[in-house]
Amino acid sequence: MSLQVDGLTVYYSTLRGDVQALEDATFTLDDGEIMGLAGESGCGKTTLGHSLVRLAPPMRHVAGRAVLNGEELPLADMDRMNAFRFEQVSIIPQYAMNALNPTRKIGRLTADLVEARHVNYKSILPELKRRLDLVKLPQDVLNMYPIELSGGMKQRMVMVISTLLNPALLVADEITSALDVASQKAVAAMLVEFRNQACCNSVMIITHDISILYQIADSILVMYAGQLAEKAPTTTIISAPRHPYTQMLISSLPEIGVKATEKRLAGIPGTPPLLLDPPKGCRFRERCPFAFDTCIEAPPFREVAPGHHVACWWEFEQHA
Amino acid sequence: MKRYELLYFALRNRKLQIGLAIIGLFLALAAVGPLMATNDPFAYINPLGPQAPSEKFWFGTTFFGQDVFAQFVRGLRATFLVGLLGGGLGTLIGLLVGFTAGYRGGVVDELLNMLTNIVLVIPTLAVLLIIAAYLQVRSVFTECLFIGLTAWPWVARAVRAQTFSLRTREFVDLARLTGMRPAKIIFTEIAPNMLSYLLLVFILQFGGAILIAATLDFIGLGPTNAVSLGLMMQYAVLWGALQFGMWWWFVPPGLAITAIVGALYSMNVGLDEVFNPKLREM
Amino acid sequence: MLKLDGVSKVYRTGTFGGKLLRAVDNVSFDVADGEVLALIGESGSGKTTLGKMILRLAGIDGGTITFDGTDITTYRGRALKEYYRRVQGVFQDPFSSYNPIFKADRVFRLVREEFFPGMGGEAWADKVHAALHSVGLNPEHVLSKFPHQLSGGQLQRFLIARALLLDTRVLVADEIISMLDASTRIDVLNLLADLRDKGLSILFITHDLSLAYYISDRVVILQRGQVVEMGATERVFKNPLHNYTRMLLGCVPRIDAKWSNVQLPEIAGQPPDGAGEPAILIEAEGEHFVAAAG
Repeated sequence: MSLQVDGLTVYYSTLRGDVQALEDATFTLDDGEIMGLAGESGCGKTTLGHSLVRLAPPMRHVAGRAVLNGEELPLADMDRMNAFRFEQVSIIPQYAMNALNPTRKIGRLTADLVEARHVNYKSILPELKRRLDLVKLPQDVLNMYPIELSGGMKQRMVMVISTLLNPALLVADEITSALDVASQKAVAAMLVEFRNQACCNSVMIITHDISILYQIADSILVMYAGQLAEKAPTTTIISAPRHPYTQMLISSLPEIGVKATEKRLAGIPGTPPLLLDPPKGCRFRERCPFAFDTCIEAPPFREVAPGHHVACWWEFEQHA
Repeated sequence: MKRYELLYFALRNRKLQIGLAIIGLFLALAAVGPLMATNDPFAYINPLGPQAPSEKFWFGTTFFGQDVFAQFVRGLRATFLVGLLGGGLGTLIGLLVGFTAGYRGGVVDELLNMLTNIVLVIPTLAVLLIIAAYLQVRSVFTECLFIGLTAWPWVARAVRAQTFSLRTREFVDLARLTGMRPAKIIFTEIAPNMLSYLLLVFILQFGGAILIAATLDFIGLGPTNAVSLGLMMQYAVLWGALQFGMWWWFVPPGLAITAIVGALYSMNVGLDEVFNPKLREM
Repeated sequence: MLKLDGVSKVYRTGTFGGKLLRAVDNVSFDVADGEVLALIGESGSGKTTLGKMILRLAGIDGGTITFDGTDITTYRGRALKEYYRRVQGVFQDPFSSYNPIFKADRVFRLVREEFFPGMGGEAWADKVHAALHSVGLNPEHVLSKFPHQLSGGQLQRFLIARALLLDTRVLVADEIISMLDASTRIDVLNLLADLRDKGLSILFITHDLSLAYYISDRVVILQRGQVVEMGATERVFKNPLHNYTRMLLGCVPRIDAKWSNVQLPEIAGQPPDGAGEPAILIEAEGEHFVAAAG
């Protein structure tokens, strides 16, 4: 499978104007790739992930396209997108634990969902049971109400439901944030298993926690203020990032083994720009120590090494 | 920005506009009317007795020849007074009980809850009849007092619920860490956050008080020495206005009460939309 | 200095209050002057409840909390206010810590009204400016602003500045940076380290092991209301003795090692794994305590 996103631009309509949440996103996702979508609040990662599955108001499609397996996704058309949702693209929403209707038994809920997609529940039941085993959930969970499950169990149940029809692209939105460490590790490992067992083809993990991505992602796409900053294999992002923002971000993360008394880490001074009226060109230039005049124009997302894309004029200068 | 945003929506909300317009009209009438209608509402002015509206008597005259318009505008005043004082008293007591129960919690909350439930359950009509039997003369103020003392439970419940949820917010913890006393915290931190809610509650109490007063007046338990819209309707029905077709006697007061209370509720719904963005039609 | 001795908090649950939930169970530790003590635990460990009890925002059901030798759990009125001159708190959600309808610097004004009623305008302005500078904020940028006009990092620093207006000796920091962006977290952490160097004691409540390692001198590991391990940070992290601590260190996602590659030193014998039963702390070696089933 392959996903090509080309110039995707999505704004939020608000009373005070358009919030330019996602600007000109262009990248590819390969078959079987687990890509982490990382960045701080307001960077556009949630907008990007959600617009590929459900571009609902107040989100507004402004430009660009996404091509999945050679077929263009009708992102702006909610009705036509319906045919793709759940079967081609699927999402595990944030707070998925609260996404289960508390008044219905889980089996009933799942049956309703698949029947709405014209799939006979009975025919898919054996596969459903196999998936439950995969995530180590007991099979009688289908007869239970959501309130009888723990947080981690509900998370895993939603994961099973979201991937039941083997979507090509799975978007996971902050699925580990609300869990304790043991559950976090289990859920993250399960996501990898899903990909390994072809329950889904490729995964896009939206998170602000880069350490989780280090553990399970093949590549990381770093975003800043609605623009793409850098995409590279995970180890490269962590050990040899090229975009100034990525460099400063990675070096501001404390790891076990670093003490304040020995080595003080530095943060990034300043704050991200407001996206109601963002600065022209590269939106990081006001906080960037290497900014110069060309930065007034938005840098293209260019491949500087195999599988390594960066959007930074200074970086291009360095390796011109 | 937020204040102006509220005002922007408030001024454009259809329900609020209509409600305010109607209330404004009646308020103006209540304020100015008695100055215009100089006739004594109780005087038997028209020797011909009941008469339909004419140039001399805008709203006609009653069975006894009293000027209906003069009664009407003074009745309006009494109605608004009851709404303000009765509703105001009910709101005040409800606030006191609700804030205390919501903030303290525990045993205090349980006791106040019990009190609220008891007052809620008391059959107000029965109590009124007993009071009426003892009090030969009842004024508008006793009516206000009675309404205020029996209508507060609803306010108390609503305020308690809101206080409970606000109390767990971290800025209340911070206020405690600053050594502020509970009363100060309630009035300077919690109440200001509920102002929109309190406004809605007061408007409801206002309208409710008017309705209760009208009902009480109509069944004969109203003030004995004043004129009010409900009393007008009572006399009208007692003295055969329905049988003899003296519509000008009971239609104006009935219509006025309906319009006022309806306008108040319309304002309430409109204000709710203004304060709660999710209800707004964009 | 702050000392907790056998502190407990019990909630009644169940239909008629028949069951008991021990949110905090017989917890003892102390915070010395000028040190950062990290209280580490996951949700349900009782760490937030402990912070609230120390700040007298929640009642105590057993044990004592002493500050400079006196039991503070019985303080009321004036004595409590004096306590608040020395012990303050900052909470997790910067936007919930401010009353949204007032400006942010109102929190300063309230401190002035309650603690410095007689102070003149100029003297107070100087004091405020000094406090803001010591947390790295520019008074011109942050005064007279509403909370929604400031960033999370600025709001948290503002609250630390508020604590510095008083004679704070112990600051209870309950997950104060977990809601901040990664790039601003480290600045607030560095600020805490600077304040510690100047003599402030900090009770750093967190679930994040790497943050605790970065900034704390000692750690207390909590599981379901009980202390399971306690000691100097480096020692506990390099040589975890309790099963729960080992599980935490093995499961937490890190950016320096993959899960499969995390090496924990072997321990001789059976690792203790008390959960639910009352445990006593035994000293394993030089100030490194582990809970063992009684």
